[in-house]
Amino acid sequence: MISRTLFRQQIVPIVFGIVCLAALIALIEFLIWIGVINRFIVPYPSEIIGSFKRIIVEEDVLDRFLLTAGEALAASLMLTVVGISLGVLLHRMHLLRLATETWIAAVASAPLVLMYPLFLVIYGRSALTIIMIGFVAALPPVILKTLEGLSGTRKVLIDVGRSFNLTPSQLYWKILFPAALPNIFVGVRLGMIFALINIVGVEFLINFGGLGQLVNELAERYDLPGTYAAICFVILVSVVFFIVTERAERWLRPV
Amino acid sequence: MAASPDPSARPGDGGSASAEPILVVDDIYKQFETQDGVLVAVDHVSFDVKPGEFLSVIGPSGCGKSTLFNIMGGLLDGYGGRVSVAGETVRGPHASIGMIFQEESTFPWRSVIDNVAFPLEIAGMPKAERLEKARHFVDLVGLDGFERRYPSELSGGMRQRVSMARTLASEPKILLMDEPFAALDEQTRLLLGDKVLQIQQDLKQTTLLITHNLTEAVQLSDRILVMTYRPGKTKRIVAIDLPRPRTSEIVGSDAFGHYVAQIWNDLREEASRGMRDDESRRGGARRA
Repeated sequence: MISRTLFRQQIVPIVFGIVCLAALIALIEFLIWIGVINRFIVPYPSEIIGSFKRIIVEEDVLDRFLLTAGEALAASLMLTVVGISLGVLLHRMHLLRLATETWIAAVASAPLVLMYPLFLVIYGRSALTIIMIGFVAALPPVILKTLEGLSGTRKVLIDVGRSFNLTPSQLYWKILFPAALPNIFVGVRLGMIFALINIVGVEFLINFGGLGQLVNELAERYDLPGTYAAICFVILVSVVFFIVTERAERWLRPV
Repeated sequence: MAASPDPSARPGDGGSASAEPILVVDDIYKQFETQDGVLVAVDHVSFDVKPGEFLSVIGPSGCGKSTLFNIMGGLLDGYGGRVSVAGETVRGPHASIGMIFQEESTFPWRSVIDNVAFPLEIAGMPKAERLEKARHFVDLVGLDGFERRYPSELSGGMRQRVSMARTLASEPKILLMDEPFAALDEQTRLLLGDKVLQIQQDLKQTTLLITHNLTEAVQLSDRILVMTYRPGKTKRIVAIDLPRPRTSEIVGSDAFGHYVAQIWNDLREEASRGMRDDESRRGGARRA
């Protein structure tokens, strides 16, 4: 039997979320029907839902979904490993931090996707180009949030570690890293968003690969319901990654 | 009542009068460079603590108590003089010294039992053994039943007890506490004082408490070292000859009030100097 607390804390929010989504879809359907929203720009949600079967069967959307998700996963793993390592390096080397932190922050806001011709020259018209652009564009937030988390560790926690005679490596793994974990995960999530935007954008631009290419092709055919349905799959990639990172964070740091 | 500037002044039942000191603080001097020039925080302070003794260091804010705490704990270097534990000079954090800090210092990502087991984990003790031992210390501070809770689910007083259990789990020869109850209300402070007394008496734990709370110092200590306001020097050492075992009920006794009044006489002068100094600095800053 489901307990009352479980029902209130877990099932009610899910049901409420689904009801809100259904209400939003119904509202958009209604606004298009009465002419407030132009149906040649935004198709009926019912048409989008109806086109799912078609794009799954005719457009290989599942293969494309897996390709985009795979590229995003590769970029995310790389940026997690490299971004956290660079954040730790900057935390340990104060001079390097002073010299580079502003530049890294500046890179975070630069539209690196426009450098795709350079990446095409280096890596060719391949998935590697897409992964590398996603990785490079998403690196700064991971570095900066890791640095912020490590620097923001309360001094008293470090003093506790020192009072127990921890080695520098133990101090990192037992205190600094767990203390910084919430910030590091914020950085990784931001990085994943940046990576996915850039990956889908480059797929769109170079007409290669997964969902970005599909969105491009459907838009060129003026298949609006199909285009929006493909975009729903891009959102699905994002949702899957968010759920995975949330679970990973809870596993590594329960509170 | 015994009150004496003699650092060796001791009550009859605190510590062991004949035993060799376990902690010796010898001629400690520490200064800091500040924007206003050199600030002498601790000025040639010397005292010793015998095994099982409870010594409190009391003084007004800014008298160098916490600097002394960090020096004794091995967290601060660049000072003159010598700190030794059982004859061994302290040159950094020392396994024989356990520290409890003023600020809340539990690890929020660890449950109560995992917080307490932390020093045992660092020492490489097998998991089953360390959890069993940690459970003993959780019981000792009266937190049985809360082992699986996280610090965010506990009150301030309970969190300080977790910190205390964690430090005790490392079985230090000397327990250093820096105003551990400063952030707590008076009732909780008195009740936690009882808990500290009980633990200290049960374990015969050598304890050094840094505090600015007179009641707390008299309630807990065998001796109280009164420090002057800047530079922090030993003003006098007062032996507290109150019967043990003690509880917070002693706070209502005449003898207790007498000690409080006596130490306050020393402390008032220093606290007033501190207040005047603080006001003149603030006034100077405003004029500037």
